[in-house]
Amino acid sequence: MKELKASMAGTVLNVLVVEGEAVSAGQAVLTIESMKMEIPVEAEIGGTVEKIHVEVGGFVNEEETLMTLGE
Amino acid sequence: MNKILIANRGEIARRIIRTCDRLGIETVAIHSEADGDLPYASEATEAILIGPNPVAQSYLQVDKIIEAALATGADAIHPGYGLLSENAEFARKTEQAGLIFIGPSADIMEKMGDKIESRRTMIQAGVPVVPGTEEGVHELEEALAKAEAIGYPVMLKASAGGGGIGMVRCDNEQALSQQFVSVKNRAKAYFGDDVVFLEKFIANARHIEVQIFGDKHGNIVHLFERNCSVQRRNQKVIEESPSPHLPQDARLRLCEAALQAARAVGYTNAGTVEFIVDEKNEFYFLEMNTRLQVEHPVTEQVTGYDLVEWQIDVANGKELPPQDSIQSHGHAIEFRIYAEDPKTFFPSPGKLESIMWGQDARIESGYEQGNAVTPFYDPMISKVIITGSDRIDAIRKSQNFFNHATITGVKTNIPLFKEFVESQEFVNGDYATSVLPKWLEKTKEEQGL
Repeated sequence: MKELKASMAGTVLNVLVVEGEAVSAGQAVLTIESMKMEIPVEAEIGGTVEKIHVEVGGFVNEEETLMTLGE
Repeated sequence: MNKILIANRGEIARRIIRTCDRLGIETVAIHSEADGDLPYASEATEAILIGPNPVAQSYLQVDKIIEAALATGADAIHPGYGLLSENAEFARKTEQAGLIFIGPSADIMEKMGDKIESRRTMIQAGVPVVPGTEEGVHELEEALAKAEAIGYPVMLKASAGGGGIGMVRCDNEQALSQQFVSVKNRAKAYFGDDVVFLEKFIANARHIEVQIFGDKHGNIVHLFERNCSVQRRNQKVIEESPSPHLPQDARLRLCEAALQAARAVGYTNAGTVEFIVDEKNEFYFLEMNTRLQVEHPVTEQVTGYDLVEWQIDVANGKELPPQDSIQSHGHAIEFRIYAEDPKTFFPSPGKLESIMWGQDARIESGYEQGNAVTPFYDPMISKVIITGSDRIDAIRKSQNFFNHATITGVKTNIPLFKEFVESQEFVNGDYATSVLPKWLEKTKEEQGL
């Protein structure tokens, strides 16, 4: 299990995957908008998206868990 | 005009307050929840909480802002730059509410806000434009055919775009095919309009713009040019006036073309005509910004005028001074200090633990030590404007300034400026819009060796 965390505070612009989807390492899984810039968030490891903790339009703080990735 | 509501935040709100204070005009600041602690909110005569943090719920609330102006007894609204400054509906509603909008008319904004429409207007007025499509391009096949006729590389742009968003360079058919749908989608998402068009990509281009002003008596003047070619992510970070490596005859032709562009639309108040200038000093109209620009202090430093005061005067019906009385002296350079990683340019919100500036600079800052730079707004912390007797003097002062400037608490681009102002590329002044990314690439390689 691996928790994918936000590297900076911002608003979730879009979520590019759904729970249960298989992702590969380096794949963009969601986009955060901070200070008028879109920042893609990539999966650090390959695996399955177990849980998405955020919603589009929601605000996330730095270090907040965005997704849980399983093996 | 006795009281002005400033429909903006941060450094530009503060900048407007300063001129109003000097002229004995009261000010009303509006702020979101996060911005209540910023200096501009306490420096205004009064401050009003306008809404929650996202701009859509606060600084873009047209009706709420106009209501606030009426409730506080303001007789005018200054929109600053960004946010609602180029929103024709806001300007129109402000006037309909019986208030003065400090800026051009809603009709001019509409005409110049649409890039395809403004291109057409300029072609008719005889102002040179970048070769490209005169109409919006809707289908990929059409885009490919048009691109073939223009010749690659081409720039694919959103008609409603701005600020570097919604434009991409396509070197060949494959690239255009790949980007077409994505640029359309981004244009729709950002600007609510998915119309795109194509322009020829000009190699080694410089971005040079001309400050213009129009009054309500039909007078239009220019206040010379600014070179804004030092950019990252297609956004300006350094601007200077006069432009280096621009011969005097080219400079005069450029300013004359800007006047021609402004006359074509009967321009009033402050505006900027942006041009792309190629290696042979041939220039092409790019767009017109119908507002005060971020980099207006560069022009203020070399001409000695207060452009916010001019905006207020023009809105009050005063006449502009004659063109031949406007002179440019010395050299000014502006550096935009951003809360961002100096290498990746990723934003870095946080609390400004300490701010230390160098000597000999005009500082326009939205924040003071202890304030937080929040993720909701633009990452610009401050502008540093350095003025010298000539370019060499201004560069020497800039080098000295950045040797003594530090900000802690957030990452900033100060370390980047410190090195860049020493670089051959910048000091030579013979640079194009690709200068900063190229220099960074080169520096990385050298450090890697």
